[in-house]
Amino acid sequence: MGEVSVQMTVNGRRRVDTVEPRLTLADFLRERCRLTGTHLGCEHGVCGACTVLVDGAAVRSCLMFAVQANGAEVTTIEGIAAPDGGLSPVQAAFRDCHGLQCGFCTPGFVVTVTAFLRDHPSPTDVQIREGLSGTLCRCTGYQGILSAVRQAAASGRDGQP
Amino acid sequence: MTTTPARDAGRFVGARVHRVEDARLLTGGGTFVDDVSLPDMLHACFVRSPFARAAIQDIDTAAARAVPGVRFVFTAADVNPGVREQWHTSMGPASPETPRPPLAEGEARFAGDPVALVIAESRYVAEDAAELVEVDYEPLPAVVDYTTAEQTEALVHESHGSNVVGQIDGVPASALDDVFMAAAHVVSETIYQQAYAPVPMEGRGLVVDYSGATGELTIYAATQVPHEVRLFCARLLGIPEHRIRVVMRDTGGGFGQKVMVQRDEMCLMLVAPMVGVPVKWVEDRRENLLAAGKSRQEHADLKLAFDGDGAIQGAYIDFVQDCGAYPTPWPVSTSAAVGMLFPGPYRVPRAGFTCRTIYTNTVGRSAYRGPWQFESLAREVLLDISARRMGIDPIELRRRNLLRRDELPYGNANGMTYDSISPLETFEQALAMLDYEAFRAEQAEARATGRYLGVGVSNYVEPSTPGYGYYGTEAATIRIEPSGAVNVYIAGGSTGNSIETTVVQLAADALGVDIDHVNTIQGDTAITGFGAGAAGSRSGSMTAGAVRETSTVLRERLLAIAAHKLEADVEDIELAGGRARVRGAPATGVSFAELATLAYFEPASLPPGVPAGLEATARYTADAPVIWVNATHVCTCEVDVATGRVNVSRYIVSEDCGPMINPDVVEGQIAGGTVQGIGGALYEHLAYDEDGNPIATTFMDYLLPTAAEVPVIEYGHIETPSPGPGGYKGVGEGGAIGAPPAVVNAVADALSPFGVTVTHLPLSPAQIVALLDA
Repeated sequence: MGEVSVQMTVNGRRRVDTVEPRLTLADFLRERCRLTGTHLGCEHGVCGACTVLVDGAAVRSCLMFAVQANGAEVTTIEGIAAPDGGLSPVQAAFRDCHGLQCGFCTPGFVVTVTAFLRDHPSPTDVQIREGLSGTLCRCTGYQGILSAVRQAAASGRDGQP
Repeated sequence: MTTTPARDAGRFVGARVHRVEDARLLTGGGTFVDDVSLPDMLHACFVRSPFARAAIQDIDTAAARAVPGVRFVFTAADVNPGVREQWHTSMGPASPETPRPPLAEGEARFAGDPVALVIAESRYVAEDAAELVEVDYEPLPAVVDYTTAEQTEALVHESHGSNVVGQIDGVPASALDDVFMAAAHVVSETIYQQAYAPVPMEGRGLVVDYSGATGELTIYAATQVPHEVRLFCARLLGIPEHRIRVVMRDTGGGFGQKVMVQRDEMCLMLVAPMVGVPVKWVEDRRENLLAAGKSRQEHADLKLAFDGDGAIQGAYIDFVQDCGAYPTPWPVSTSAAVGMLFPGPYRVPRAGFTCRTIYTNTVGRSAYRGPWQFESLAREVLLDISARRMGIDPIELRRRNLLRRDELPYGNANGMTYDSISPLETFEQALAMLDYEAFRAEQAEARATGRYLGVGVSNYVEPSTPGYGYYGTEAATIRIEPSGAVNVYIAGGSTGNSIETTVVQLAADALGVDIDHVNTIQGDTAITGFGAGAAGSRSGSMTAGAVRETSTVLRERLLAIAAHKLEADVEDIELAGGRARVRGAPATGVSFAELATLAYFEPASLPPGVPAGLEATARYTADAPVIWVNATHVCTCEVDVATGRVNVSRYIVSEDCGPMINPDVVEGQIAGGTVQGIGGALYEHLAYDEDGNPIATTFMDYLLPTAAEVPVIEYGHIETPSPGPGGYKGVGEGGAIGAPPAVVNAVADALSPFGVTVTHLPLSPAQIVALLDA
């Protein structure tokens, strides 16, 4: 299969590579960039575990080809914490509120919530639930996750990385 | 790491300590099996049967082999002869397991049955090639409906001679005739629960890495039981256990699905020596829903006998369970738990059961959180039906029959002896949290305006922490390293159960060090002692025992060295804050680092008889054969009678899990199990059509609860210590046991003005509308 060149900025670092057109963005990030924090839970666009930011928008990297992100700025879970490793307000809230158990869905939640709180800095409970409804967790029953989003919102910060 | 303040200084057990797993998992730094990448690693993809039952006439792999990048295409003829022995330690070699060919041989027995295995340089290529494997199938009549499987001519396993896997009987129904004849009220129903499944967010997966030069096999696994994977694999391949190393750092949930080695996983183990370079298999969601196993799918004819005051006189359950084609493990003995536990936490003087397990041409049964939970569903739903028919309030009916503390220990009618439980206390606490009377008033007002609210309650008592056989011991190695840092080596392994944090909390308190100075290494069979893994709600109690045993040895040594150094009596030394000091003189003392320097580098300075080093291993043997846990769930809901939609409004769990090691972890386990149970009651259905085609193989069809549906869960705690270490009990499974009946009872209560009887799950909108239209 013919390969095409692709370049993008991932977590602030420029990446240039040659890929099959069918390579998903998720596999590009996981296998080519070795950023394995982006997880694949369904490869169908439903579970949201693979959510990353592409030019600021939360997208499902399993449903996007790497070539479609050509020229884009991509932020993965590895790019959410502060450069010194300090947890972002969203990450810290998940830790404080026991918002994760096995941690497999967690990167998708953290990225989704980061974008959500940027766009909805003072969300209502209904907005929070709707904002999370496209991301699946099987461990927590969402209790700690909902608390974490409320805490991150209430902290008065917008949760941007 | 920051931690929330402990209840009293230096005490970490009992506090809402931040988890040590979180930093890596929140930043993308976890290591799940799909994150393992080894040099020259190849990728595997299974070819799976599209038919529920078909004879495999021929397999042509030529076209698949011709795809550039394809290295191997294996069929049963290549793989299956490699099997030496296949049995799980918990079941033993004599268990009459279903014959499990790694790849389907001659006949495919469910849609999803693995037929061939393609190994290629990338998963993309492996998937391409899998589509080119030509299998000549001759479809055969399939056994799809387990309720008629006993009467059908077709057999799932010809060699078994019957579609009944087995049957276990307790006291027969006929022996209870006197009780049921004499009863003032007899209530009977048939209650049915659909197939649903654990559905961890990470599916199954393995990386196998066999080195021909050394004869060593390293396996990276998504598993709840790394040591059992190693034992099983050693027997499977006939190679010594110590040549195999199983490593799991992070497993993305298991809930029972990852406690046994399945056929797909056996295939990877068997081909590893033939391939000679690392091979990765990570199932996708479709495979997980097709082939990783189903749970639940069962029904029972059951009856309860009451006297004129509503006191239960007898209980009988005739239980039938669908086990699919390849149940793992043998389901007959586990099905008996449904019968044994059917009386629940109630005063039931006489009881009996029969439990039958059935083969069908569907995916095999696998373990799932509270594998016997049908006993609670059936009993609690029938209690509400009984209350309605007898005209007694369902709360009052339970109150009259629940066991009181002064009746413990209590031998249930099937020979199980409950102790250290508090069913009446959790029940009253949960109802007080609800304000039952106020809810009834609100319900009456709502009904007057055409809104239908309901309340449902369930009680259960659950055996946690099996203390026998394979499960009955757990080891810990603790090393206070030369720097004074503490490492705890324990089988464990993170599957979402917070076991790393639990171990660190326990060890910090046991040794008197700050939690930040304790690390734990888990999930690697090369450096941890055997442990039976995360199963049976055993990790908390067994780990506490292991840490207790080992730290006792080390404490003695630390105290002896410190007493010698400080020229004090051993009895006067205490360990706290990472120091050994003379009691009452907190300014004195020596740090763990100083003690470690003495122990490792100045052995001549040690007191006589004290060995050098600060390392110890000990193995805990369970103090009790089983640790009982009980809880009460209360659910309220509103049902939209036009659309059939159920909105769960309040959800209360009062649980007695003994003292809590970490309340966050306890409540997290309760919440997770409860929402799985709500999913099972309302949404999830691993459905097949009448031809045996699976029709829920994506998350668009298999509906997990989302944040939009779940209620806020309110927790109540009653604390009755268990006979185990620290008085702790297991809390991993209970939520999934208690939730379905509470939800069903709430819906049934909401619909009670319509005179309907709810007996079939899931309570989908269509099901509810059909009930109301009937």
